[in-house]
Amino acid sequence: MAHGSHAVKRYTGIMDWLTTVDHKKIGILYLISGGFFFLIGGLEALLIRIQLWKPLNDAISPDFFNELITMHGTTMIFLGVMPVIFGLMNAVVPLQIGARDVAFPFLNALGFWTFFFGGVLLNVSWITGHVPDAGWTSYVPLASTTFSDGPGVDYYVLGLQISGIGSLLGGINFLVTIINMRAPGMSFMRMPMFTWASFVTSMLILLAFPALTVGLVALMFDRLFEGNFFDPSAGGNIMLWEHIFWIFGHPEVYILILPAFGIISEVVSTFSRKRLFGYSSMVFATVLIGFLGFMVWAHHMFTSGLGPVANALFSIATMLIAVPTGIKVFNWLFTMWGGSIKFTSPMLFAVGFIPTFVMGGVTGVMLAAAPADYQYHDSYFVVGHFHYTIVGGLVSGLFAGVHYWWPKIFGRQLNETLGKLTFWFFIIGFHMTFFVHHFLGLMGMQRRIFTYLDGMGFNEMNLISTIGAMLMGVGVICFLINVIVTTAKPATAANDPWEDGRTLEWAISSPAPEYNFAQLPLIRGYDCYWKEKMEGNKTLQPAEPLGPIHMPSPSILPFIMSVGLFIAGFGFIYHQHIVAAIGLAITLICMFLRSVIEDHGFHIEPDEMKANAKEVKAS
Amino acid sequence: MLLSACGRADLSPLNPQGSVAKEQLDIMKISISIMMLVVAVVFTIAIIALIRFRRRPGNDGIPVQVEGNHKLEIVWTVIPLILLVILGVPTVQTVFAQAQDHSDDENAVFIKVTAHQYWWEFEYPDEGIVTAQEMVVPKNRRIVIEAKTADVLHSFWVPALAGKIDTNPAGNVNRMYFETPDKTGIFLGKCAELCGPSHALMDFKVKVVDDQSYANWIAAMKAPAVLPEDPAIAEAFQKKCLSCHAVGELGGPVYPNLTGIGDRETVAGILVNTDNPKYKNEGSVYENIYRWLEDPQGIKPGNLMPKVELTQEELEGISRYLADYKLNYESEELRNNDATSDKEER
Repeated sequence: MAHGSHAVKRYTGIMDWLTTVDHKKIGILYLISGGFFFLIGGLEALLIRIQLWKPLNDAISPDFFNELITMHGTTMIFLGVMPVIFGLMNAVVPLQIGARDVAFPFLNALGFWTFFFGGVLLNVSWITGHVPDAGWTSYVPLASTTFSDGPGVDYYVLGLQISGIGSLLGGINFLVTIINMRAPGMSFMRMPMFTWASFVTSMLILLAFPALTVGLVALMFDRLFEGNFFDPSAGGNIMLWEHIFWIFGHPEVYILILPAFGIISEVVSTFSRKRLFGYSSMVFATVLIGFLGFMVWAHHMFTSGLGPVANALFSIATMLIAVPTGIKVFNWLFTMWGGSIKFTSPMLFAVGFIPTFVMGGVTGVMLAAAPADYQYHDSYFVVGHFHYTIVGGLVSGLFAGVHYWWPKIFGRQLNETLGKLTFWFFIIGFHMTFFVHHFLGLMGMQRRIFTYLDGMGFNEMNLISTIGAMLMGVGVICFLINVIVTTAKPATAANDPWEDGRTLEWAISSPAPEYNFAQLPLIRGYDCYWKEKMEGNKTLQPAEPLGPIHMPSPSILPFIMSVGLFIAGFGFIYHQHIVAAIGLAITLICMFLRSVIEDHGFHIEPDEMKANAKEVKAS
Repeated sequence: MLLSACGRADLSPLNPQGSVAKEQLDIMKISISIMMLVVAVVFTIAIIALIRFRRRPGNDGIPVQVEGNHKLEIVWTVIPLILLVILGVPTVQTVFAQAQDHSDDENAVFIKVTAHQYWWEFEYPDEGIVTAQEMVVPKNRRIVIEAKTADVLHSFWVPALAGKIDTNPAGNVNRMYFETPDKTGIFLGKCAELCGPSHALMDFKVKVVDDQSYANWIAAMKAPAVLPEDPAIAEAFQKKCLSCHAVGELGGPVYPNLTGIGDRETVAGILVNTDNPKYKNEGSVYENIYRWLEDPQGIKPGNLMPKVELTQEELEGISRYLADYKLNYESEELRNNDATSDKEER
C-alpha cells in the first residue's frame, strides 16, 4: 500500500486543536465552547433575576435589561445548548453506529469553527457596546433601523447567520453519517435511541435552518442595504418575519429537545439495567414529533390576528404533539418499572428530567388552547413553560448526557458526590426559579419587563425566583469544580465504566482511539454490546480483517475560512464594505484551495494500532 | 378552585370580570384539570417505580428484558387522544365565538386603540373623542376594539377583562371585543409585547363607569377647553405644551391628549395618583405631574417627550393647572375609587 507517499503533517498542542478533523476532538471543542457560552448566558440570567428581585429596582437600566434578555435567549439557544448537543452527537453517534468518523470530517470542523466565530461575533457586541436589544425573536419593526439604529441588531443578524452555517453543516453531516456509515448489521431499527434522536434532529435542522437563514438575509438587507422586506411603509410586511422566524423557531425547540429525549432513553435504560420499553414506538414517536414540529409554528402567533380558522387548526395540531410525547414518557416509566434502578448522577438527572419535562409539557398543552393563550401569551406563564421544557427538560438531559458520556469522551469519570450535589442544587433551584413564574403570569405579570410596580402582589414570588436562580448558579459551580477536580486526575476509566453499558460505544476503550474501531464490529441486534455481554462475550465480533485504516488529514482551512466570515461580518456591521470583501475573499480563497489541493489523507497501520493500544494501557 | 384565590381582582386572568375573560378562564380550568390528572398519573407511576425497583445492595440480578406491551402502548396513545378531544372541542368553539365581529352591534361601544411608544391612544369615532392612557367605558356593555400601532409592535392586554391582541402597523388592523362587568371598577391594562426600554412602564387603565357617568364624561370631553387662569402660565402652556398635546379643541393630535388629565388614575401610566402614597411610584396628581414634567426621560426612558424648558413658576403653574383639570363626570359611587395599591388585592 502506498500510504507512505503522502506523509501527512500531524500537529501537536494548540495546532492540533485548530486543525483537527477528528469527530471526538471536535466534540470536545463543541462541549468546551458551548459550556463557555452557557456560562455567559447563565450570568446574564442571574443579572436579570437580580434586577427583578424587588419591585422598582434600579440595579440595571432598562436598555441594559433589554440587551440582557436578548443576549440571554440568543446565547442559550444558539451558542449554549445547541453546541453541547452537537458536542454529544459528535462524541457519541459515530461510536454508537460503529463508524470511524463522520461522513465529512472537514465539513465537521468547518461547522464547528463557523459556529464558534458566529458566537464570538455576537458576543463581541458586549465589548463594542452596541448590543442587540430587540429580544431573541427580534420582531420587526422594533428590530428595524427605524427603531433600532446603530449596529446592535446587526450583531444578532450576522452572528446568527454565521453560526447558523455551522448548524446546517452539522445537520447534513450527521444525516449522511447515520444513513451511510453504520457498521455491518446496524440496521435502522437496531440504532440506539440517541442516534435515532440525532438523526431526526439533523433532519429538522436541514429543513428548519434554511428558513432562519432566509429570514436573516431579508432582515440583513433591510438593515444594511435599505431593503423593504419588513417595512410596511414601503409595502413590506412585519407578519412575514413572525412567520419565518417561527417556521424556523418551533422546529428549533424540537431540534433541542429530541436529543435530550435520546439521552434520557439511553440513561434510563442503562441504569435500570433493562431494555428500553417499546423501542419501536419510541422511534415512531420521535419521528412523529419531528414531523408535527413543523405544523405548529403559528401557535406562537395566536394573538397576532391570524383569525379563527388558523388559530383553531394550530391549536389542535399543537395538542396532537402531546400524544407522541406522552408515549415517550410512559415508555421511560415502564423501562424503569421492573428494572434494577441505580441512582448514579446521570440517572438522577434523567429521573429529574421526566416529571419536570412532563410539567413543561402539560403547560404546553394548556398554551395550545388558543383562547386561554390570549391570556397566557407573553406573560410569565410562557416564561415558566419554556424554561420547564428547555432548562428543566433539555439542560437536565444534557447534564445527564455529559455525566454519562464524560468517561467515554475524556477517559475520566466525574466525581459522583459532586455530580449528585450538582443535581440537587440545580433541580431545587430550578423549580424555585420557574414554578412561581406560572402564577406570576396568571396574576398579570407580562414578560420582558425590566421592573414591576409595587403592590401588584408580584414581590414575594419574584424574590423566591431570584433565590432559586442563585441556587442553580451554585449547582453549575459544583459542576465546574467537578470538571476541574476530575481533569486533574489520571485517565483511568474502563471501557464500560458504568458496568451496565448497553450500546456499542461502551465496547471500546475510554477515550476511543483515533480510529475508533480497529476492526469494524458486527452488530447482531439492538443493544448490541449488552447482547454480547449476556452471551458471555467480552467484545463484539469483528466484521472485517485487521488492516490499515484510512484517516482524513487535519487542516487549518476550516479555521481560516471561519475567521474570514468573522471579518466579513464585522465589515458588514460597520458598513466597511472593503473589510467585508476582504473577509469574504479569505473564505473564498480557502474554498478554492480546498478544491484544488489534492489530499488523500493517510493510513494508520495495524502495527501502529497495536503500539497505540499498549501505550494506552501503560499510561 | 385553588387558583381563584390568586391575584388582584383588577389584574388577574384568574379573577375574570367580564364574559370574555370568564370563557377564557373556563378553557384554562378544563385544561388545568386534565393536565393535573396527567401529572398525577405520571408522578405516581414514577414514584412507585423509583421506590419499588431501586437496586438494593446485594441484588445484582439482571431484570427481565421486556420489549414492550402492545396493550399498554395502545392505552397510553388512546387515552391522551380522548383527553385532547375533551379539551379540543371547547377550544375550537371558543376560538370561533370570540373571533366574532361585533363592529356593527349598535349597542356596543366602538373604540380605536392606537399603541405608541409608550402610551395608549383611545379614539371614540362615534363620539368624536380622543383620549389617552385611560379608556372610559360604561358597565355591562360590549366594547369593540380596533387595534393598531403607530410605531413598533405592542399588545393590548387587560387581564381581568380579556386576553390580549397585538397591535400591528400599517393598516393591519386587529379586532377584538370584551364585555364589561355589571359593576364599576378600574382595571389594569398592560403592553404585552416587547416594544423598547419602557415596555415595562406602558400601563393603562380601563375605567368601567355607570351609564350616567359615561354620558357625563362624553359631554365633558366635548366641552371647550379651559386654559390656565394666569395669562403667563396660559401662554407658556400653549407655547410649550400644546405644540404636541391637545386639550379639548386646542393643540395637536400627535401626542397624548390631556383633556381631564387631573381625573385620571395615573400620570404617564405608572405614577399612581393617590392621596395616601405608599410606594415610590405614588403621589398626588400634582406631585406626579410635577415629577413627570421635571424628568420625563428618568421616569419613562426612551419616550418621545423631551424635558421641556420651564421656569419654576411655569412648572408649578402648569402642574397645578393640569392637576386641577378635572371633568367631574363621576357619579357619587365612583368618586372615591382609585387604582392604588393593595385595596383590591386578593
